[in-house]
Amino acid sequence: MDKIYGFLIGPGAWIAFSVFILGCICKIGAIILATPKKDRVVLAYFSPKYGFRSLIHWLIPFGTISMQENPLFTLVSFAFHFCVLIVPLFITGHVVLVETFWSVSWWTIPDKLGDILTLIVLLCLAFFWGRRLWVKEVKFVTSWTDFLLLSLVTAPFLFGFIAYHGWIDYKLMLVLHVLSAEILLIAFPFTRLIHMFVGLLTRVYIGSEFGGVRHVKDW
Amino acid sequence: MGNNKVLEDEGLIQGIKQLDTNKIQKIVNETISKETGARLQAYIQTCMHCGLCSKACHYYLSHDNDPRYSPVGKVKQTLWKLVQAKGSVSPRDILDMAKIAYTECNLCKRCSMYCPFGIDIAYLLSMVRRICFKLGVAPMYIQDTSHSHAATMNQMWVKDDEWIDSLQWQEDEARDEIPDLRIPLEKEGADILYSVIGPEPKFRTQLIYQAAVIMHVAKVNWTMPATPGWDNSDMAMYLGDYEVMGRLKRLHFETARRLRVKRIVMGECGHAYRSVYDVGNRWLGWKNMPIPVIHAVQFYWELLQEGRLKVAKKFEAPVTIHDPCNIVRGMGLHEMLREVVHAFCENVVEMHPNREHNYCCCAGGGVINCGPPFKMTRVEGNKIKAEQLKATGVKVVIAPCHNCHGGLEDIIHYYNLGMKLKFLGDIIYECMEK
Repeated sequence: MDKIYGFLIGPGAWIAFSVFILGCICKIGAIILATPKKDRVVLAYFSPKYGFRSLIHWLIPFGTISMQENPLFTLVSFAFHFCVLIVPLFITGHVVLVETFWSVSWWTIPDKLGDILTLIVLLCLAFFWGRRLWVKEVKFVTSWTDFLLLSLVTAPFLFGFIAYHGWIDYKLMLVLHVLSAEILLIAFPFTRLIHMFVGLLTRVYIGSEFGGVRHVKDW
Repeated sequence: MGNNKVLEDEGLIQGIKQLDTNKIQKIVNETISKETGARLQAYIQTCMHCGLCSKACHYYLSHDNDPRYSPVGKVKQTLWKLVQAKGSVSPRDILDMAKIAYTECNLCKRCSMYCPFGIDIAYLLSMVRRICFKLGVAPMYIQDTSHSHAATMNQMWVKDDEWIDSLQWQEDEARDEIPDLRIPLEKEGADILYSVIGPEPKFRTQLIYQAAVIMHVAKVNWTMPATPGWDNSDMAMYLGDYEVMGRLKRLHFETARRLRVKRIVMGECGHAYRSVYDVGNRWLGWKNMPIPVIHAVQFYWELLQEGRLKVAKKFEAPVTIHDPCNIVRGMGLHEMLREVVHAFCENVVEMHPNREHNYCCCAGGGVINCGPPFKMTRVEGNKIKAEQLKATGVKVVIAPCHNCHGGLEDIIHYYNLGMKLKFLGDIIYECMEK
């Protein structure tokens, strides 16, 4: 078990982060480079002013009619995306690990808070699972890939949560936590998880069209 | 239920008879690889299947939230299927996809305003139409309309002499009211070329009469062409025949250029505006229109601002305003429209939602042009509009768009709303100082 753990936090982490970073750069680069070939309209009508105006509205909770009409989803969605970024970046365990290897460090959040935020992530994920299973317009467009994405995100948080509390076998849980997190990072560029980056591009483009050409709001 | 309607349409039935899986696969893959690129890929990689676009769609709301009618549901049943199967689908699948893309989506773009990533779902369904068109599977009526465009350069098989005859007939009629009124034909160097859609000379000729009276009273230096190029409409755009769309738009702009006018004013039509301003110009490689084109709403607003159009009496009965997608969500003319309506009408009751969030009439996007076999598709598919109209409690609806008139007329009749439809021109003609 120790050997596996050693591999995962050593070479495994290098592989995972390399695939994640290079994969994302390649994916986004491919979209941007392909744009002039068949989608020159996107560049022709691109407008920083209207594009970012739209982006800002959609980054503010309840800043759009769509969000106002779906208050529970909006609440859960914002809580989820906030926590899912904050927890892995600022939880003490991760920062200490980085400090041990690279002697760089940054702020951390208190463990108790990290625990609560992780719980929020898990509850939000449960909500997303539930929507896929029981909300008919979501169920209709759900395929195994959607459950795969949910599983990819759920696993590292769930195992991390269990490991932190020392339930079941700590070492096993820790290994599963790191392993699933690395799988998540590796899968990220090749799945719709890439929406985190590509979604910004599509938002800015439609914002440009709605603001610059159609002269209306898109929120 | 829905599939029975398909079987009544000869265009779809005959269309799939000449298909086999190899042909389908070839055309689907060719279209996707040659005509789409980064945008399509980005949309497919970004859609998280969250379903938030559902409540934006009048079809979905009108069918008791049936997920088959949600925007993303329609994409799943069409484009995703084509992309995932790499075009390996059956003729029957193509028939179902054509039915969805042509008759169960108005390309109104309301859903893009509800998608967190702003995915242009109308663009995705337009690509499905493009594929179906290239496969020769399209509803007969809209295909016939596009044939008319290709052969006569107008939408309704209006012959060249019939066009001129219709204008002279309206001029004659109007001269009973205003003896020195003219409908100037082929006047080189006029300020304005007035262009209309095929249905105006065909069966809404009084609109040309009213426009002529408004032009005369406002002392506008205007003209109409006596040649093809007078029709600004474009069902080829909605069919997916972009080659014919390009020919139409080019001739329309070239006609204006030939007559050396400063700009084109178009009648109260929504899709024609989308065609000259948003779609056709892009196909021809023009970022902006080569000659400025303004919609009737903008034109009337200008005349009112400049004092060339004066209000003689206010329209008394309470009215409500229907915001056409293509000039409101497509051009932001909602405030100008309101200023003109408020200037001429005593009592204006807003329907909700309104402005860029208004529900589509369900006739647009070429759906009404798919003809009688699909009339009930759009009437049943827009129960929500009937409820929205009814809630205003008024009896007059102003809709400055031809397609909206066609669609709303059927809805008003079917749901017994007892409402009357008016163009902005109807109200202005009735209430202006002459």
